Amino acid sequence: MIVFGVALLSICLILGMLIGEALGVLLGVDANVGGVGIAMLFLVFASNSDALKALTQGTAGDGIKFWSAMYIPIVVAMAARQNVTAAVDGGVLALVAGVAAVVVSFALVPILSKLGNPKTPSFDSEEAS
Amino acid sequence: MDIIETVFLRNSLVVAFAVIGVTIWISYFLADKLTNGRIHGSAIAIALGLVAAYFGGVATGGNTGVADVALFSGIGLMGGGMMRDFAIVATAFGVHLSELKKAGLAGVISIFAGVIVSFVVGAAIAVMFGYTDAAAITTIGAGAVTYIVGPVTGEAIGATDAVITLSVAAGLVKSILVMIGTPLVARYIGLDNPQSAMVFGGLMGTTSGVTAGLAATDPKLVPYGAMTATFYTGVGCLLGPSILYFLVSGIF
Repeated sequence: MIVFGVALLSICLILGMLIGEALGVLLGVDANVGGVGIAMLFLVFASNSDALKALTQGTAGDGIKFWSAMYIPIVVAMAARQNVTAAVDGGVLALVAGVAAVVVSFALVPILSKLGNPKTPSFDSEEAS
Repeated sequence: MDIIETVFLRNSLVVAFAVIGVTIWISYFLADKLTNGRIHGSAIAIALGLVAAYFGGVATGGNTGVADVALFSGIGLMGGGMMRDFAIVATAFGVHLSELKKAGLAGVISIFAGVIVSFVVGAAIAVMFGYTDAAAITTIGAGAVTYIVGPVTGEAIGATDAVITLSVAAGLVKSILVMIGTPLVARYIGLDNPQSAMVFGGLMGTTSGVTAGLAATDPKLVPYGAMTATFYTGVGCLLGPSILYFLVSGIF
């Protein structure tokens, strides 16, 4: 049943969000701390578990794959509802601060990636082009 | 005209599915014919979405882009936080635990490094623009973290409304730039494997920027980047009004 997979996905999200919200309260922060990330971990555990096979394989798995495939359309809708006007109206300071933060962060990606996995092979074909 | 409006409003989410579907079809067609597949179709679709959001905001004066136009209100639901999180979690289906473990430590470090680096950069720019008040500098720095951390920090430490608005704008610029810039710089920063995607998510942090940017680069990387990015805002809200504010008030 497709709905079994959808239900498993929903339960993972709700549990993750509850934990994220509780973490926020514990830390005294007005935000959900990692709820989605925790939910993703639950789904990873579920999809690697033998006990939950009935909920993750066959048609039940299709219920999860459907939402996974709907991800890009949902992101496009998300882009279409961003407050782009406010970003443009923010003026030079907002623009410079945003751009500088992104440029510096981009530059740190290769440095920290190496730190995580010194054995990562370099992708010569990509770098050559 | 009344008939169209009634049908569109009553079925707003279904209208959104149709509009987004057609937009993506056109985008993939353009990506294939005009750029020979060099630019990913979803990158074009996301860019079209942002352009539409700009005009939606200009036309209505609202703050949710094209979703403020009544006929397209369903896009607000489809692209809202609930559906976004639901679909992001679904992308974790089929992810291998071993990949996560490999980048675990680097992922955690990248979250803290990302928050601190973005904050310092934003705060430095605020100082360069002549701000000398610790609350304002901290709030603008927090805005460069994400557009959620900015107002959360600003309200906690009593920054003015104008500064809080500025911090949101800085965060929005960051988020939009990550969406557009990621596919362009991906090859230069080695963004082609799960480990670097996790580090990338932790460093950038803006969930919408990271997930859209990775979707336009390589959809297989999305779950890894999203996993770390979703912790970033929480860490930012934790550090902004506390340690980072104390440090800034110590200096100014």
